[in-house]
Amino acid sequence: MRKLDFSALLPYADALVEGLIFTVVLTLVSTLAGIAVGTVGAWARTSGPRWAGGLVAAYVEVIRNTPFIVQLFFIFFGLPAAGVKLSEASAAFLAMTINLGAYSTEIIRAGIDATPKGHWEAGLSLAMSRFEVFRHVVLAPAFKKVWPALSSQIIIVMLGSSVVSQISAEDLTYAANFIQSRNFRAFEVYFLVTALYLALSIAMRAALAALGAKLFPKV
Amino acid sequence: MSPAETRPLVEIKDIRKSFGPLEVLKGISMDVAQGDVVAIIGRSGSGKSTLLRTINGLETFDSGSISVDGTPVIGGEKELKALRRKVGMVFQQFNLFPHLTAAENVALAPKVVLGAGAKEQAETAREMLEKVGLGDKLGNYPSQLSGGQQQRVAIARALAMHPKVLLCDEITSALDPELVNEVLRVVETLAKDGMTLILVTHEMRFARDVGSKLVFMHHGKVHEEGDPKTLFAKPGTPELAQFVGSIG
Repeated sequence: MRKLDFSALLPYADALVEGLIFTVVLTLVSTLAGIAVGTVGAWARTSGPRWAGGLVAAYVEVIRNTPFIVQLFFIFFGLPAAGVKLSEASAAFLAMTINLGAYSTEIIRAGIDATPKGHWEAGLSLAMSRFEVFRHVVLAPAFKKVWPALSSQIIIVMLGSSVVSQISAEDLTYAANFIQSRNFRAFEVYFLVTALYLALSIAMRAALAALGAKLFPKV
Repeated sequence: MSPAETRPLVEIKDIRKSFGPLEVLKGISMDVAQGDVVAIIGRSGSGKSTLLRTINGLETFDSGSISVDGTPVIGGEKELKALRRKVGMVFQQFNLFPHLTAAENVALAPKVVLGAGAKEQAETAREMLEKVGLGDKLGNYPSQLSGGQQQRVAIARALAMHPKVLLCDEITSALDPELVNEVLRVVETLAKDGMTLILVTHEMRFARDVGSKLVFMHHGKVHEEGDPKTLFAKPGTPELAQFVGSIG
């Protein structure tokens, strides 16, 4: 076995940092967008018109029952045939948003379904519309209930984002692939990148827990 | 008096409702005048809660008509919103919003529905919570309050919309016995202040002492109605006599 030499990675520090930043930013932006999609989806499934609920149900089933990489390839390689050409980064963002949107629809829906019927009735009795009750009464407690599940899903999406290197979106995994193709230090670079993903996961988990405690204080 | 004033505040005409094959309301008619305190009593399953919930549209009905202050109870969201501006409701299970403080619970509907500003919201919350004796609990969350306090917050929350009539659905049934009185005292004060109240209740003493009208429901019909003191002293039907006797 060759001697390990982590210093061989030093010349590529910039590429690694850029890749790491891309992964973090991509995850943050698609998390925000994905949860927004999930919230609207959950509204449609639980309280929206029948046609919208059906549409969202179909969307959720398609996304949850197909591989993420195929969804990504369809968006990046397939859509141009339909005249929609996206950059690598845009395609990665869109695929991750659509993916998280489907999963978070189901997660948030579970939280909404767990809302006591009495809370809806109390809100409606105060002359609020169904949407106003959803927005002001139901949503925050529902998010609080499913926050741990939602946090896990966000981490899964972050880890799954490594797949976007396959369409040459320049994330952390892309940087690793690039470096090892240059210096053939596969062990060192993937060891380091594994450690970085692990650290990122742990940091995100802690950040999400802290955010949850701040947004939904225990009372 | 002008005709508008002589007209009953709540008019219920021949309401019928079935859950599947089971008819729970078999043609109920009832008038409630401004300032009335109506106590609806009866066994479980006699339809009293269902009747109460038709008045603000939480339950639909199959035939008949209900109007509150001239506003008919009909299906659409816009119509229900207009109706519910006039009808407040307090529930057996309090149904406070767990993520909001007492003050926020009270101020939410004024904010969302009436567009009240921050200052107005704070004033409303304080005024209403003081009215129910909880002026010192503005910042408490529901989980930090006793059942009796929670129910008083729920009353304050309903009052914040200045309803013309307040519906109370067994509002002391979920309370520990020692907490019942603090809630009943608040309701009694409202009655004295002239608030129109329709209560489904098992508190017979309260119905007799505070009520201006007693309605005894039996098998989905108004079996007997009239002055509470008279009816409790001398029930007109064996069913009411038995019911009053069984409650004690």
